[in-house]
Amino acid sequence: MRFLPAGDLAVCVELGEEISVEVNTRVRALEFLIQQKGLTGVLETVPTYSSLLVYYDPRAVAYDALCASIAELVPQATTAVLPPSRAVDLPCCYEDPELGVDLAAAARRLGLSTDELVRLHAGAEYLVYFIGFTPGLPYMTGMPERINIPRLDTPRTKTPPGSVGIGGIQCCIYSVESPGGFWILGRTPLALYAPDASEPTLLRPGDRVRFRRIDRAEFDSISAVVAARTYRPVIS
Amino acid sequence: MIGILDPGPQTTVQDLGRTGQMRYGIPPSGPIDRFAFVVANRLVGNADTAAALECTLLGPRFEVDTPGAIAVTGADMPVSVNGAEAPRWATIALKAGDVVKLGATRTGVRAYVAFSGGLDVPLVLGSRSTYIRGRLGGIEGRALRKGDRLRVFPSGAAQPRRVERRAIPDYSGEPAIRVVLGPQADRFTDAGISALLGGPYEVLPQSDRMGARLRGSRVEHARGHDIISDGIALGSIQVPGDGQPIVLLVDRQSTGGYTKVATVCSCDVGRVGQARPGQSLRFHAVGVAEAHRLLRESDAVLRAAVKEEIA
Repeated sequence: MRFLPAGDLAVCVELGEEISVEVNTRVRALEFLIQQKGLTGVLETVPTYSSLLVYYDPRAVAYDALCASIAELVPQATTAVLPPSRAVDLPCCYEDPELGVDLAAAARRLGLSTDELVRLHAGAEYLVYFIGFTPGLPYMTGMPERINIPRLDTPRTKTPPGSVGIGGIQCCIYSVESPGGFWILGRTPLALYAPDASEPTLLRPGDRVRFRRIDRAEFDSISAVVAARTYRPVIS
Repeated sequence: MIGILDPGPQTTVQDLGRTGQMRYGIPPSGPIDRFAFVVANRLVGNADTAAALECTLLGPRFEVDTPGAIAVTGADMPVSVNGAEAPRWATIALKAGDVVKLGATRTGVRAYVAFSGGLDVPLVLGSRSTYIRGRLGGIEGRALRKGDRLRVFPSGAAQPRRVERRAIPDYSGEPAIRVVLGPQADRFTDAGISALLGGPYEVLPQSDRMGARLRGSRVEHARGHDIISDGIALGSIQVPGDGQPIVLLVDRQSTGGYTKVATVCSCDVGRVGQARPGQSLRFHAVGVAEAHRLLRESDAVLRAAVKEEIA
């Protein structure tokens, strides 16, 4: 464990130096404990793969005292303290080359048929390590090793929101139109970020995500319901 | 109501920003120059949290249809009421029908206009701040347009107040910016850190509310520029592969995978955001304890900044 000062209003609590479910779970558990105990002076927390950024008010708590009280919580930060995670069902259309723009190329690169690639991707369960980069964008892993693939040599400048991509061991879903280096296998009609909604972001750190294969007709009908703001995502 | 006659290139509604949303990837937003913003609110008798306008480089022209008070702080944009010059860093009393205009900035980038009572736009996730990239908050998540009408919360008559000349920040020259090294200072060579602290670094025109892009001596990495993505604090100085620093500001991405060599002290973040393209900055390293002392000092300067006008 290391405490790395990030200026005068934040400290980065580093619990490891790798991307693993084990380290990330401890990060999320530490965040949960800090929120639950209401540590004096803590304003906001941001979990990532292996560290927790803690924003604090130095007028309310001294740096050393804050680090000491966080250090005290670290040994308790295990899966056992976390509330049950949510399971989120995300419909995803892989079949239309207009949506899954890189599906065929990724399959060729991996030496698989497109159908095998889709079955492998949709057959897995993904853990949301954290949300970041753009509003509502999940950083996930969970793919079978067979479909680990280097990122695109030339990132594209625009990736439409809802695009489901893979790169390295990671899977991500673009939440707003943005540049990107992931291979786009398909697209979900759900809005990962809807600025007008009372809860603008769909996913949370710790969620478990499964992709449900849908065809283009269902993609279009769900898109219409989402546009009318009457869609209820399946979360359990 | 305030009727926008000319919006200026980027005028947005801001309050002190959103809290608790970075874990969902939503930045805090809020004013780039917190000192100038808070002073503007205090000059019109508002709470520090009231919503006001942030104007960029060239101010807006607007008409008020009810009497009230405003105050203009921050970047040095000339202010006029019905064509007559009006003071900056002081309470300005307005009558119904008055037209206020802010001109092009002479020094600084961002000016603030506070209205007695504060701007009444909907709270979104607990804040009235505009986050343009995320189309969130303010007026439909965007910069103001001609024809927009803004409501103001009712308020009593504002006491005339002003800021003494010596307490008005000077945004010209080559500001000295205090930084705390880290969180990833160990990922840079000694020469790289010396370069950063030697300066100067010129502010580039691509700078915005997300970050100030700088150009100067290369800040050399010791072993690669990528890290496992982690959280990005206000004022983080991120250094991508080209060795040119970017100071991340209020609309920053919540997380990122580039090394961060140092973090600008919160009391100096506004000075970075007020530096115009072509202007240069110099960085000086301080420890965390010293940074906290500087923060208390800047709190004291803020407390003392606004004086009641003596009749």
